[in-house]
Amino acid sequence: MVLTRLIAKRLFGALVTLWFVTVLIFLAVECLPGDAAEALLGKDATPVAVENLRAELHLNDPPLERYVGWLSRVAVGDLGKSLTTNRPIAPMLATRLSNTLFLAATAAAIAVPLAIILGLVSALYRGTRLDRIISVLSLASISFPEFFVGYILLVVFALNLGWFPVLSGINADMGLGEQLHRIVLPALTLVCLVLAYMMRMTRAAVINVLSNPYIEMAELKGCSRREIIVRHAFVNAIGPVANVVALSLAYLVVGVVVVEVVFTYPGLGQWMVDSVSKQDILVVQICGLIFGATYIGLNLTADIVAVLFNPKLRHPR
Amino acid sequence: MKTNGFGTGFDGLGLTGDIGRRQLLKTGAAVGLGIGASALLPGASAFAADVPKKGGRLKLGLAGGQTTNTLDQARGGFGSPVERTVNYTLYNTLVEIAPNGQAVPEIAESWDIGPGAKSWVFNIRKDVTFHNGKEMTADDVVHSLRRHMGADTKSGAAGLLKEIESIEKLDKHQVRVQHATGNADLHYLLSDYHLAIVPAETTTVDGVGTGGYVLQTYEPGVRFVAKRNPNYWKEGRAHVDEVEFVVVNDDAARLSALQSGEVHGINRLDPKTVALLGRAPGLRIINSAGTAYYVINMRADRAPFDNKDLRLALKYAINREQMLDRLLRGYGTVGNDHPIAKSMPFFDAKLPQRTQDLDKAKFHFKKSGHSGALDLRTSTAAFSSAIDMAVLLKMQAAEAGIDINVVREPQDGYWENVWRSKEFMISYWTGRAVPDQIFTTAYYSKAAWNDTHWRNDSFDALLLAARTELDSAKRTQMYAEMQAIMQDDSGAIVPMFNNFLDGMRDAVKGDLTASNMELAGCRIAERCWLA
Repeated sequence: MVLTRLIAKRLFGALVTLWFVTVLIFLAVECLPGDAAEALLGKDATPVAVENLRAELHLNDPPLERYVGWLSRVAVGDLGKSLTTNRPIAPMLATRLSNTLFLAATAAAIAVPLAIILGLVSALYRGTRLDRIISVLSLASISFPEFFVGYILLVVFALNLGWFPVLSGINADMGLGEQLHRIVLPALTLVCLVLAYMMRMTRAAVINVLSNPYIEMAELKGCSRREIIVRHAFVNAIGPVANVVALSLAYLVVGVVVVEVVFTYPGLGQWMVDSVSKQDILVVQICGLIFGATYIGLNLTADIVAVLFNPKLRHPR
Repeated sequence: MKTNGFGTGFDGLGLTGDIGRRQLLKTGAAVGLGIGASALLPGASAFAADVPKKGGRLKLGLAGGQTTNTLDQARGGFGSPVERTVNYTLYNTLVEIAPNGQAVPEIAESWDIGPGAKSWVFNIRKDVTFHNGKEMTADDVVHSLRRHMGADTKSGAAGLLKEIESIEKLDKHQVRVQHATGNADLHYLLSDYHLAIVPAETTTVDGVGTGGYVLQTYEPGVRFVAKRNPNYWKEGRAHVDEVEFVVVNDDAARLSALQSGEVHGINRLDPKTVALLGRAPGLRIINSAGTAYYVINMRADRAPFDNKDLRLALKYAINREQMLDRLLRGYGTVGNDHPIAKSMPFFDAKLPQRTQDLDKAKFHFKKSGHSGALDLRTSTAAFSSAIDMAVLLKMQAAEAGIDINVVREPQDGYWENVWRSKEFMISYWTGRAVPDQIFTTAYYSKAAWNDTHWRNDSFDALLLAARTELDSAKRTQMYAEMQAIMQDDSGAIVPMFNNFLDGMRDAVKGDLTASNMELAGCRIAERCWLA
């Protein structure tokens, strides 16, 4: 009951937030110098060509009219055609989004379990050399910029050892096995980026819970340390961990444009950056919407997970 | 994040053929790079001795593609390096720029020039079919040119065809092009990549052309695949069965892909990393001197640069050799303050090369009476090392006592807000095949793109006279005079012509040394074969 109310309330909030995102993006693109016609024609621009292109792209309409028109079309599922390529946006979006999700899911499938296990191990052996080694390694991996990690992985595993390809671009002609083989290096780069946050949060949250009286009780009852951490402490620490996991997963979807460039991976980020540089507002809006929805959706999931695992949250005072 | 510096502002009319001899970095320079002698072929003649081999799959990693790319040549902004290469893989033009820089017949098998070079009749080949099986005729040619003209066009080639009065079909295989004032170089204009021959009745351009390869897959900014056209009309071309271009904009990733052997070749090697390539066996570097150049523009119609002495002071203050060495590691040619490259026809070798002369710079600076700092605008929108160039210029000018203040402008809006409007800025041109074209585009006083706002009546008069002059000796004399006038008076400082650097694995054979554009003039797909 509480859960359905929570979900309903949050979904409504999500819609308002997403709408706000579209307004912000629209205003931001409007503020850029020039417009799509000029950006497209670049140095070629002759006044006549710019005017013709503007007319074709409806750039001469008042901004409010363009925004409302766009919103009403998107509301019924018509994403329209890209201003720059004149091709429908929907199929492009499908390919790009599935590429991005594929990479994010692969990275998450490695990073999340690994981070949680390492976090639990760190908490279990708190203060030992093992704990310190895990901390130092994971903190070091996020301290390097992602392109650096990416290039190092490229040099070692692609150029010197030749285990993986340099170019990670996947396409429909490849089987799943080859696709996975191709994205190992970008996925590992992403794992390095997000691992430490989740690991540190798991460790901190578990250690925090360990100071509670009921843990002492469990200890006195004779439970093993491992059992205490996994069955009593971690379950109660899931709330904050879920939050960090959600943020990390969202980052895997929206924040990977540098990795896409280094590994030549055709994901959403690259598409959005290209579109911003050509001021293709329709594509920018859609990407912004998806990125916004990802954050909101994953945060909502984290909250739901927290409520499910922690009955106390179902009865807010 | 490291990306390439040519994401914006393509110079759409980059018809960059240069005529005459090829400028190649051959054995000597390549050995200097440390490439093993086994990786080298002694020169173009050795390729000719090889017999082209059919078959295989060519895979290239290319810089300069965006998701915003299109197949439609008449859509504004068409002309990124990948778009051009895709274009010449699928399509033909009326006239082709041969590896030696000459304009040779392609879809037009011959042409007749009327008096004053006003009326041109092109005889269209009779044996050409489109990928969809339709016969190619004069109707298609007329349509393909007309869509870049008229009041409602969005094409980047509109300026190129501005002075063409009419294009009409004479019969099924003959087209007449009427030029308003006459132009002896019209056939060079028609080799432009915008002017690819597309079927007349299609409203959307979808890759159906007459070229050596048939489109299979195209995901702009990502990947392009095409299969050999079994009915290709051109003899001795299009040897490989399939070509794949993968867009790799990141310099390091592109180079790695070449080194690891994932691709056969790449374009736009970074001059700074070319030396490293020597460590990898089995590679060769194709260094094509083109007509593209970097330029420092001074607005000649406005203070402070309406003062010729100030313009000359800066021209004498610049150390061109040092710039070429620092910015391009020598992969280029020193410029002489006019846009005619050494390899272009009518280049005047007798015009003395301008070098840094601090005494003259100081003399002219003093005579100009100018004082205070000059704001020099620059942006990576122009080219990737444009900021470095500005800083170097500031240091060189300081030696002559000229104070320059470098202003970094954002990439967005650089062409709209800075180029052609600010007094002092850094820009580039991809150059043109013949002097008339680049003069008319960028230095004729009435040109829309006269980006230095320079006006010299004797230059203008010579330009118009040379355009219709069919006597080659007289033309040479006229163009020589124009180069001298520009060097002395214009608002453009041309410090260097930049070369195109492609990297190829040894398996890629053929003469890939076109001097007009990178990748064998963007025609690598039909000109190469795989060993």
